[in-house]
Amino acid sequence: MNFNKIYALGLRHLYLIMNSFPRILDLIYWPTVQIFLWGFISKFFTLNSEYYSNTVGVILTAAILYDFLFRASISFNMMFLEEIWSRNFTNLFIAPIKIREIIAALTLTAIIRTLIGLIPAVLIAIPLFGVSVLNLGIPLIFLLLALYLFGITLGLLVTSGLLRYGPSFENIAWASLFFLAPLGCIYYPIDILPFSLQIIAKGLPLVHIFEEMRSILMNNTVNYFNIFKSISISVLYFIFGVIIFYISYFGAKKRGTLINMGE
Amino acid sequence: MLIEIKNLTKIYNNFLAVNKINFQIGKYETIGLLGPNGCGKTTTIGMMLGLVTPSMGEILIENKNIKSFKRDEILERFNFASPYVELPKKLTVKQNLEIYGRLYGIKNLDKRMNEISNDLDIKNFYEKKTGELSSGQKNRVSLAKSLINKPEILLLDEPTASLDPDIGDFIRSYIQEYKKKNKVTILLASHNMSEVERLCDRVIMMKKGKIIDSGTCKNLIQKHGRNNLEETFLKLARSKDEF
Repeated sequence: MNFNKIYALGLRHLYLIMNSFPRILDLIYWPTVQIFLWGFISKFFTLNSEYYSNTVGVILTAAILYDFLFRASISFNMMFLEEIWSRNFTNLFIAPIKIREIIAALTLTAIIRTLIGLIPAVLIAIPLFGVSVLNLGIPLIFLLLALYLFGITLGLLVTSGLLRYGPSFENIAWASLFFLAPLGCIYYPIDILPFSLQIIAKGLPLVHIFEEMRSILMNNTVNYFNIFKSISISVLYFIFGVIIFYISYFGAKKRGTLINMGE
Repeated sequence: MLIEIKNLTKIYNNFLAVNKINFQIGKYETIGLLGPNGCGKTTTIGMMLGLVTPSMGEILIENKNIKSFKRDEILERFNFASPYVELPKKLTVKQNLEIYGRLYGIKNLDKRMNEISNDLDIKNFYEKKTGELSSGQKNRVSLAKSLINKPEILLLDEPTASLDPDIGDFIRSYIQEYKKKNKVTILLASHNMSEVERLCDRVIMMKKGKIIDSGTCKNLIQKHGRNNLEETFLKLARSKDEF
């Protein structure tokens, strides 16, 4: 891995953000709206639900963590789509940069995009709703790691689709996370799902992450085995995502879709 | 021989885009790749750049199969410019050159950026976003990007397409001068015959994925009994016979 090249590609996306105030605003706007929406919903449930009666902000914390996953995945997809929209695809793929360096650059830059959007929203939640994700303590770092890896995996799968099917796959990029959300048990415990769906849901890291988050906030107990399990599942998915990306890349070279891929 | 293309073939589904072509390019030669639209020029360039996997055949660089090189190692020796491939529109000219300079691992990047931007006269719109430039300005920036690493092998796909005669002439003169001062091998795909006559040592004519003729401009014009390369091109492009 050549870190100068990873830095160069990251810089391309940082310049893109820094050159446009509306782009920064757009990154901050949606997470903030989410915080407001889920903040009020959370407040309502806290006051009116027996399940959530003792815990302020479980729903809002779940919303923040889910948004982190969503932003990570979308950031990865967006950076890839930017290359297609700007018709820069050929220039990127003929540059002397390894495919794994492209993946690394997008993965590392996605965290910056994600944090630009999420940090203001997280800070707003503290005075406005009295909720801080930091209440999760040290396990928060591991939960975020598992979420980030899974978010990037979804990004890798969508970008693989873009390589395979071209820009027409773009709509799937936006829909991909909503497809998995019902199985992720973000706002409700896994027992709510029918048994058959519970089996599928357990194969996703999301269930373990959000179950653990609820357990920490509601019972004040940390089960590091569950956290380890969620990270392990995310790592497996990430490896799978990288393999699919490589397969799509070689497939695109066979089909010749890397030439002149654009809007 | 710097580049040797042997039986290079590309089949997309059932469409034969490039059909067993063979040619060689010597060190510091400039070769023109001519042919009507859809004749396989871009696919050939794509295969040389590693963007398209050949269905058959070989590309040899200094007698070594291109596949035996590491991707980044071989691409450091190449570069490419085409008006159909753009640089990120929302980035300034300077930012784009910086990023590509870094991707190509250029040492003394500031010096190289200054050099190339002075040579191509792009300093006066250096801080402008690339998407806000005119076609002529964009082409010059694209050429600057393609020369940032002083490539050994430069592939140009219609570098003066859609440019006014003045800017077109500027680019052609620049390439001519650049060739004199630098050790570079160029493959130029173009529909501008006077450009090809001016810049190329030899030309390769393609039609329907095949090479139908090749030679120096002068030889081809004489061989086909025409007055210039444009007339020769038209004769070959419109002929039903394979040469």
